[in-house]
Formats: sequence, C-alpha cells, structure tokens
Amino acid sequence: MNTVTYVFGIIAALIALAVVIESLRRHHLRERHAVWWLLAGLVALVVSVFPDTLGWAAALVGVTVPTNLVFFLSIAVLVLVSIQHSGELTELEAETRTLAETVALQDLRIKELEKAVADALQPRRNP
Amino acid sequence: MGVMPTALERTLIVMPAFNEEESVAAVVREVFATVPGASCLVVDDGSVDQTYREAESAGATVLRLPINLGVGGAMRAGFKYALEKGFANVVQVDSDGQHDPAGIAELVERLDDHDLVLGARFAGVGQYTVRGPRRWAMVVLSSILSRLTRTKLTDTTSGFRASGPRAVALFAQHYPSEYLGDTVESLVIAARAKLTVTQVAVAMRPRAGGTPSHNPYKAAVYLARAGMALFVALIRPPVALREPVVSL
Ligand SMILES: Nc1nc2c(ncn2[C@@H]2O[C@H](COP(=O)(O)OP(=O)(O)OP(=O)(O)O)[C@@H](O)[C@H]2O)c(=O)[nH]1
Ligand SMILES: [Mg+2]
Repeated sequence: MNTVTYVFGIIAALIALAVVIESLRRHHLRERHAVWWLLAGLVALVVSVFPDTLGWAAALVGVTVPTNLVFFLSIAVLVLVSIQHSGELTELEAETRTLAETVALQDLRIKELEKAVADALQPRRNP
Repeated sequence: MGVMPTALERTLIVMPAFNEEESVAAVVREVFATVPGASCLVVDDGSVDQTYREAESAGATVLRLPINLGVGGAMRAGFKYALEKGFANVVQVDSDGQHDPAGIAELVERLDDHDLVLGARFAGVGQYTVRGPRRWAMVVLSSILSRLTRTKLTDTTSGFRASGPRAVALFAQHYPSEYLGDTVESLVIAARAKLTVTQVAVAMRPRAGGTPSHNPYKAAVYLARAGMALFVALIRPPVALREPVVSL
C-alpha cells in the first residue's frame, strides 16, 4: 500500500465522520440514528490509520482476504441500519395514524360543540 | 387588582406521566396538600392505562398527548402551556411518587436568585442510592456539568427541578426529547444561554407504584447513552435566550 491510498483512506473516514457530526450539530440527525454511523466512521478511521488492525482482525475470525472482512462488516452495518429505519418508519406511520384519528375526533367534537352553542343562542337571537 | 400572587401561586407543577395510574392521583393530592395555591398540570404521554382519569379525579389539569413523546417532549409541552397561561415558574415532579412535594417550596425559593434549581438526591438528605454503571455515569456527568455551569452539582440526572421565567422561556423552545437529553442536555443548553444554575438537597423516596424503568441491563447501557447525550450537547452550537421575557 502506498502513501496515497493510505492518506486517501484516512481522509475518506474523516469526511464520513465530519458529515455525521455536523448533522448531529444541526439537529439534522437524532442521536439514536447517528450512533451507528458514528461507530462505523470510527472503525473506518482506526482501520485506515492502523491498517494492521484489519489483518489482525481478519486472522482472528479466520477470513483469508482481509478486504472481505471489510465488505462483510459494511454490508452487515447497512442491513442493520435499514432494518432500524424500516422499524422507525413503521412506528412513524402508526403515530401519524393516531394523530389523524385524534384530529378527526376533535374536529367532530368541535362541530358538535358549535352546533350546540348555535342552538343554545338561537332563541335569544329571534325572540 | 387583588393581593400580589406569591411565587408559589405563579408556579406550575408539571408532572410527566406514562402509565402511572397507580400513583399519579396520590401524588397530585399530596402536591395540593403540601403546596398551598399550587397549579398542577399532568402531562399524560400517551398512556394506555387510566392515568388521565386518575389525575383528573385528583383535581389536576391534564394535557393528554395522543402519542408518546418521552419525558422531554412532555416537559416541553408543559413549558409551552406555562408560557401561554402566564406562569412564571415551572417545577417538574415525577408522577411515580419519588419526589417529595415538601421540597417544592424550597426549590421555588431559590429561584429568587437563580434561573434553574435542581433537587439533588445525593446531597445528604434521604437514603436514595444508585449503584453500578448508572452511579458512575452520574458521577462523571456531575463533574463535567459542574464545571460548565460553574456551580457544584452532585445529581444532574434528577428530574426534580424548578425553572424560573428565563428558563421557562428557553425550555419552551429548546427542550431535548432524546433519552437523558431532557436532564443532561437541558443543563448544557441552560448554561450556554447564560442561565444560572444551583442545587438544593432533597429527599428521594422509592416508587409509590408501577414498575421502575431501569433494569440491570439498562443500567449498563445507561453509561454509554449518558456519554452520548453529553457529547452531543457539547458539540451543538449554543442557543440564545431572547430577552425580554420576564413577565412578573
Ligand atoms: N411523559 C413521559 N413521562 C414518562 C415516560 N416514561 C416515564 N415517564 C415519567 O417520568 C417520571 C420518571 O420516570 P421513572 O420511570 O420513574 O424514571 P426514574 O425515576 O429515572 O427511574 P426509576 O424510578 O428508578 O425507575 C415518572 O413520572 C414517569 O411517569 C414517557 O415516556 N413519557
Ligand atoms: Mg422514578
């Protein structure tokens, strides 16, 4: 590995981390969504700064080609995050439904109230 | 105009409640009995039990959220209500009976010269204890937040706290809803908006009913989440308090 690829790896990891942290700062990303990206970014940074850790980890779990471990882990993170997002989406839809029902029921109550008030005022207006 | 209302009469007691039917009515009654002239708002955060009816039967005003927003979300709704109804101060009291309403008067008294007063559980009164990772997290949080707020804080995750007019105005806009954000990040937000913070020793009691929210596994995760909450709070840009807000 030459110096260019070494530096490139570090810069890519730093950019990823910077994007996540900036999104957190601007309230663009909630903590519980950011945490996986933060972890992935940190691991990427460690591996790019100390490439030996990758070879060591690959040997540890018995993966012959270290890059395959990278692919495996990246895909695993992506799959887990999409599952989390699907879950959140489902939850949001359930919440929207509850909110819509609440609004509709309130609307009905207000209409009934308006009608009751109008009826109560009726005799006074035309004596 | 009548007699000038006392500080306690201008205070709204906000009680976030999530499935607390067993204890909420007793706590509301105790608050009314201990704090003369108090107004009490229970924020029912999408409970599936009878929390709403219980709280109402005890005489509290109940704000019923259709979906669960978490303690922080419920509290911000409470701050907005307080602002709208012209209350000067807000005191947060848990509806599980762990906060002794006898401490409310003292918290509000200290609002005379501070914007935010925390009821601290480890300052020598009562026998509330926490062990393990949750305890360590609290110690680390306290030392960092003490430095930030320039005052000695020993229990920064306490939900028993009083907010003065400046804090109410700030929190009605910026009150975090993330887990632990409501206690930890709100302190950072307050400190950075140049609000003054202090603490008062209070006694803490065991729950009056219901189930505790933290089992041993959650306690371990607590440490990491507390660190995350603090990290996020510290990297975020400060929000300014828009003055003038004091309406007395
Ligand atoms: N609004 C709202 N309030 C909640 C929620 N979960 C808990 N609460 C309330 O927040 C207060 C404190 O909650 P607890 O579960 O007692 O949390 P804790 O006091 O930190 O921990 P333990 O009492 O030791 O379990 C109580 O009044 C609860 O009813 C929630 O999701 N939304
Ligand atoms: Mg409690």
